[in-house]
Amino acid sequence: MANNAPNGTIRLEIFRYSPDKGEEPKFQTYEVPFREEWVVLDAINYIKDELDGTLTYRWSCRMGVCGSCGMMINGIPKLSCAAFLREYYPKPIRVEPLANFPVTRDLVIQLDDFIGKLKSIQPWIVRKDGEKPVSEGVYLQSPAEHARFKDFSMCINCMLCYSACPVYGLEKEFLGPAAIALAQRYNMDSRDQGRSQRQEVVASHEGIWQCTFIGECSAVCPKHVDPAAAIQQAKLSSTIDWFQEVLWPWGGKK
Amino acid sequence: MKPYIRPMPRDWWLQRLPYLSFMAREVSSIFVAAYVVVFMVMLSRISQGPEAYQAFLASLESSLAIFFHVVALAFALIHTLSWFSLTPKAMMLYIGENRVPSGLILGSHYVAWIAISAFVAWILLN
Repeated sequence: MANNAPNGTIRLEIFRYSPDKGEEPKFQTYEVPFREEWVVLDAINYIKDELDGTLTYRWSCRMGVCGSCGMMINGIPKLSCAAFLREYYPKPIRVEPLANFPVTRDLVIQLDDFIGKLKSIQPWIVRKDGEKPVSEGVYLQSPAEHARFKDFSMCINCMLCYSACPVYGLEKEFLGPAAIALAQRYNMDSRDQGRSQRQEVVASHEGIWQCTFIGECSAVCPKHVDPAAAIQQAKLSSTIDWFQEVLWPWGGKK
Repeated sequence: MKPYIRPMPRDWWLQRLPYLSFMAREVSSIFVAAYVVVFMVMLSRISQGPEAYQAFLASLESSLAIFFHVVALAFALIHTLSWFSLTPKAMMLYIGENRVPSGLILGSHYVAWIAISAFVAWILLN
């Protein structure tokens, strides 16, 4: 295949950290064949296979579905399987682990904080009286009702939005873009009845009110989830809740 | 196994253009507020009579006051444009199954802005 032949090389500067050695992290440079159709993940796989087997990173599907190969690529959070070398060639590419997360080793970050926050918003359909038995059939939903939350349901938990969010970088207790977008995804679902339970987390001090609407979470999202929109939407409905509770005593508490 | 915690650099907001424009939007509110103070002083001078108002106008002719107004105008424009650009995110409007396109929301804000400004200008000029 003619277009598969190496056409010069491209330099990757990769963040290396080894917890056992007790050293400060450093950048290590690798020369990788430049190929038109290669993404950064292909180049890193090449390094792992051919140049340096000690390089550690996460990946799985290499097609923008699994959400595990997020990295800082020239300072911007991206899925490394979706960042083509040709967008950077012939300049070198600097690859770092996702910003705002503790680094376990090399390009691998600790997910615990995000997973805990994700669980706290109960990202599943909550029914007040428990789910009805399967024999009674499914909960019906119209296409218009589905459209209200469809975009938010596209989240693949890749955490790029957390890396793009300076509020999360500075205030680690912030619930963060993806968790709020997923809370909103279930709140907007016509089959769900769990909003008041989620509000305890979403509308708390650590929730939506930390957001200063920088909007980069939406800009970096590979799935066009638009967490910034979800947060503003949640702010609006929480404000309406407050007015109902304060000015509308008989219509407030649910 | 000790994880490595990367410190957030103090100048994080200088490192990328979107962060810098966010900071410009935040700082713009200070200038908008400062202009509101000047405006309220003007209203109070008007209530004190023509001489007080004339003295106030004279005080605005200093180069410092003109410089402040130019800077405040620039930041007021940053404030308006940057918030307008966020309106499609804050307003999730649907027609049936389809979300109203962001260009339409943004465009209608600009149309409303121009129409209201033209109306105010018409009142002032007549």
